[in-house]
Amino acid sequence: MTDSAIRQLAARRWRVALWLTAAMLAVYFGFILLIAFAKPLMGSPVAGKLTLGILLGVLVIVSAWLLTWIYVRWANRTYDAAVRALSGPPA
Amino acid sequence: MSTALGQPSAVAIGFFLAFIAVTLGITWWAARRTHTTSHFYAAGRTITGFQNGLALAGDYMSAASFLGIAGLVSLSGFDGLIYSTGWLVGWPVVLFLIAEPLRNLGKYTFADVVAYRMRPRPVRICAAIGTLTTVVFYLIAQMVGAGNLIRLMFGLPYEAAVLVVGVVMLAYVLFGGMIATTWVQIVKAVLLLSGALILTVLVLARFGFNPVALFSAAADRYGAAVLTPGQLVSNPWDAVSLGLALMFGTAGLPHILMRFYTVPDARAARASVFYATGFIGFFYLLTFILGFGAMVLVGQDAIRAVDRGGNMAAPLLAEVLGGTAFLGFIAAVAFATILAVVAGLTLSGAAALSHDLWVNVVRHGDASEREQFRVARLATVVLGAIAIVLGVTFKGQNVAFMVGLAFAVAASANFPALFLSMFWRRFSTAGAVASMTTGTVSAVLLIYLSPTLQIDVLHHTSALFPLRNPGVITLPLAFLTGAVASIWPDSVSEARFAEVERRALLGVVGE
Repeated sequence: MTDSAIRQLAARRWRVALWLTAAMLAVYFGFILLIAFAKPLMGSPVAGKLTLGILLGVLVIVSAWLLTWIYVRWANRTYDAAVRALSGPPA
Repeated sequence: MSTALGQPSAVAIGFFLAFIAVTLGITWWAARRTHTTSHFYAAGRTITGFQNGLALAGDYMSAASFLGIAGLVSLSGFDGLIYSTGWLVGWPVVLFLIAEPLRNLGKYTFADVVAYRMRPRPVRICAAIGTLTTVVFYLIAQMVGAGNLIRLMFGLPYEAAVLVVGVVMLAYVLFGGMIATTWVQIVKAVLLLSGALILTVLVLARFGFNPVALFSAAADRYGAAVLTPGQLVSNPWDAVSLGLALMFGTAGLPHILMRFYTVPDARAARASVFYATGFIGFFYLLTFILGFGAMVLVGQDAIRAVDRGGNMAAPLLAEVLGGTAFLGFIAAVAFATILAVVAGLTLSGAAALSHDLWVNVVRHGDASEREQFRVARLATVVLGAIAIVLGVTFKGQNVAFMVGLAFAVAASANFPALFLSMFWRRFSTAGAVASMTTGTVSAVLLIYLSPTLQIDVLHHTSALFPLRNPGVITLPLAFLTGAVASIWPDSVSEARFAEVERRALLGVVGE
């Protein structure tokens, strides 16, 4: 295993990690900014008296699940295989 | 409505004693397996990813989130949900940025990781100060909350309640170390999740299992305003600042970070955050239903009559839906919740005192296993005593801001240095020290100058600093000072970064 291969894989993991972090930031702060600047929109009903704001609140939680699932799937398939390839002779 | 809350009910005491008996049994079992420092701090690294996911959830979901958020939603509707979502969104960040490299680079505390490539003593001292500041503020909030809640629910005097919590928690940590703490947290997480789930099902059963019908009933009774954003986010900077502290504070909470050392490898650390995010998110979804359920089925006036802050909304809801027996069960669950959180906090504070300060600063890392183990237990006793004294000292004080403060310090003092030490080649000892010191000092100072303390607690008419949480200033400031102070080259830190990268990826055989 070479230092440059390790450096490349480390850089790749950070790239994925930072993009996913940015996505979580965008979702949550998008929600907060909508609450701050679009109160009437957030109060508009989508089903019965259920408002868009409450639905989006649920979706913030669902998107947190989705983003962790995307990361775990990538890490389990791609990243772990790359680490295995680096750390020893192929089994 | 009349309520059995506050009167010692046989059922509540029965559930409570059963919980104490089971957890002390676990502690006895764990004590026989706790022979080394690695058992004491890290459960011998034998916890599975799934178990650690539950334990993380048990470590994190405090009584504040169960009783506080349900209460907030029941009284202010939509605005309470801002907290439900805010407390969750830090978890994906922990997964993406922290969990795996932390597991591979450290041993017992997050200071292990920051100090790895630096001159260890100054870094350890700063990290220990950041850890202890976070832990103490969090502990005060939990202990005062414990005293108040137990008085409200069981009618026990405040001081007695604080003492019971302190002594039982101390028994878990002192004798059973991380093994007992982990299993207490797992038992608590299962109890809390199932209690909240049963309550939710009972609420939804009243509305034909249709959440929309519940929300409509809330709007019919209290007006459509309860389903729309209200006054909480009147200043967007306030909301953004609190959001930043919650998001990155989770990734700097010492008692959470410490849990990643209890699993065998980075893969298990990854799995544990995935499960934790699932459990915690599920729990906060339930708080939506519990809050609005209490609003409709208990009624806002009845909730306020018992506690003006709304903290008894969930127990009152349990009483309406399941009678005194179910109320007793939920009260015991709330109690278990507090115990599990303070145990985790105490253990991480003890690790900062003994592993970071005593072993690595005073003894230069050269202490026998026997000495380390003894100092770890001594530090636990010291922290347990501090927790009890603080709980009694702050009786009757408004300490709600202290959780926000703990998150602000964690986000500003701990997270930036931890992240940069794993991510940035040129980060230096001077940078780490500057970042952690600036983060701690600026967060504490700005909270002191904020309306949260000046107006709400000290009853002054104005505050020098306009924001209620300083995250939006202190987090970037800690990054900035860390970067600026790294201008002076630190050849040792830079040279060892290759080792950091290798170890963060591949781990260490045998650790």
